[in-house]
Amino acid sequence: MKTTILSAYIDGIGLLGPGLSGWPGSQAIIAGQQPYLGQPTALPLPALLPAAERRRSGAIVKLTLATGLEAVAAAGLDPASLPCVYTSSSGDGQNCHEICQTLASSDRQISPTRFHNSVHNAAPGYWSIATGAMTPISVLCAYDASFGAGLLEAMTQVLVDDVTTLLISCDNPYPEPLHHARPILDNFGIAMVLAPVAGAHSLARISVSLSGDAAHSLDDDALEHLRLNIPSARSLPLLRALAQGQSGRIVLDYFDHLRIAVEIAPC
Amino acid sequence: MKPLLLSHFTATSCIGRGLEQTLDALRRGRCGLAPCAFETVDLDTFVGEVAGVDDVQIPPHLAAFDCRNNRLALLALMQDNFAAAVRAAAAKYGHQRIGVFIGTSTSGILETELAYRRRDPVSGALPDDFHYRTQHNTFSVADFTRHYFDLTGPAVVVSSACSSSAKVFSSARRMMAAGLIDAALVGGVDTLCLTTLYGFNSLGLTAAQACRPYDAARDGISIGEAGAFALLQHAPDELADDAILLLGVGESSDAYHMSSPHPDGLGARIAMQAALNMAGLAAQDIDYINLHGTATPSNDAAEGKAVAALFGATTPCSSTKGATGHTLGAAGGLEAVICALALQHGLLPAGINTRELDPSIPLNYLLANRTQAVARVMSNSFGFGGTNCSLIFGRAN
Repeated sequence: MKTTILSAYIDGIGLLGPGLSGWPGSQAIIAGQQPYLGQPTALPLPALLPAAERRRSGAIVKLTLATGLEAVAAAGLDPASLPCVYTSSSGDGQNCHEICQTLASSDRQISPTRFHNSVHNAAPGYWSIATGAMTPISVLCAYDASFGAGLLEAMTQVLVDDVTTLLISCDNPYPEPLHHARPILDNFGIAMVLAPVAGAHSLARISVSLSGDAAHSLDDDALEHLRLNIPSARSLPLLRALAQGQSGRIVLDYFDHLRIAVEIAPC
Repeated sequence: MKPLLLSHFTATSCIGRGLEQTLDALRRGRCGLAPCAFETVDLDTFVGEVAGVDDVQIPPHLAAFDCRNNRLALLALMQDNFAAAVRAAAAKYGHQRIGVFIGTSTSGILETELAYRRRDPVSGALPDDFHYRTQHNTFSVADFTRHYFDLTGPAVVVSSACSSSAKVFSSARRMMAAGLIDAALVGGVDTLCLTTLYGFNSLGLTAAQACRPYDAARDGISIGEAGAFALLQHAPDELADDAILLLGVGESSDAYHMSSPHPDGLGARIAMQAALNMAGLAAQDIDYINLHGTATPSNDAAEGKAVAALFGATTPCSSTKGATGHTLGAAGGLEAVICALALQHGLLPAGINTRELDPSIPLNYLLANRTQAVARVMSNSFGFGGTNCSLIFGRAN
């Protein structure tokens, strides 16, 4: 089989998850230099949104804005200048539950806000409104492979269209009864600015290819639990390599028999 | 971009199963919309329901995928020898070298809506026959398609509301250009469900009659459902004259409002211009525009301004949603196939149901079919969240 390798530079990272608040504060934990303390994901208020939208925005919007803005700020860029690849395995779980509950009741009138927040691209829509970005956004879902699908889409955009691209991958848990059918542990968001050429903010060069090798796991049981139970946390082996600042090769989970190998070379 | 060949394509909507019926309906100006009798829906609106979807049998080994959305996907894949073409491509390139890119907005959410009526009265649990992964999850239709054809390469659902199955062409283009795959199965599938029917009703956006795009008295959409697919391959040197090529894709965001378009259609204009730029074409090179044309007052006004600003008032254009309804996440794919039919058969389809054009929108909106040579066409798809995508297709010669 032909092996195609896609390369890009990571110029900024944003991260929010249980016990992980921001990339700078999480690096030592993910690198295994500090103990991981599991705590519910802390979601900041989306200050950039107008008051009406801020009131209507659910957890996944907060997650999207916080991680996207952190990554873009770290890269020293204007968020309005970047095309975006947005991937999520779920969308807004609470909103979905509320709609299904109303539709199963004797009064099926759902609220207009609930309805427009039900689209899978609601959070990236709020992202564009908040940042003023009129750039394209690809909005994806691939169930447990959602992070891998987003990474591939963003890498092809960097390579083929020669543009710096923002990748945002977010997952939001469902309340019961959907939680039982799809138990996502907690809110988790990872954002990365991917650039075609090295710059002043570049952290590492990554080279991505499809692989049949087994996905790498994490030594820390708690972090491995996150990786296995939140699709966006399938990115953790890549984050660990970046946090350790060492060159090497890791393999990320994607589909059952197809995975994503990433060669990492720190800048 | 290097043009990509749509080597095979098919569409199934309320105006027909497959290309022959679809073309015949367009030629006759037949409307597929009817008063809503879907499920237990008690709304005074018209819908474009595809007949016989629930008679489709999902193969036993894929039974967990059984839901209305995947039944319509399978019904559409069965038309026009499309499935055989996918299998031939898989044999030629390898099962891992064909990507799957399908647009949907609501996936199999209908199953979840119905499951919520059957929750356990004590525990509140959903019934055991509800399968989140293979029915509800947004990825379900791409996962079903992947399993149906035993494709093992990259696969994804694009879900950006009503631009979803236009944007699949963009994702496929990039992955093919990057060399990760040799061919792409692209498409869109969306089916009737309570969320969209009651949701658009809550916004006051559903018409009581069959929708009338660009009419002065237009009053909203008619929701439809469709499955449409195309097989994209690199264009060989030798092509039949009527081979259909993807020439350009343009995308943008409105950055304006979640459910209203930018009033001047600024995002739409950026997307159309970007598609022209990628194709290396000027506005006058486009022979026909298949408008997004949902028939809401604000959408048609905004799109009309954008098209007029870029193309002036001469380029023939129409919305085919008067015939098919607004098929939401499947609209981009369905209308791409309608554009391919327009190119192959020299048919500019009329916008039907529309009686009196909105005098404030200065476009050459077709109220009657036109038969002429057609070389290049544009298709517009815009959606909630301010997502915009324009595609340009052309004949090889």
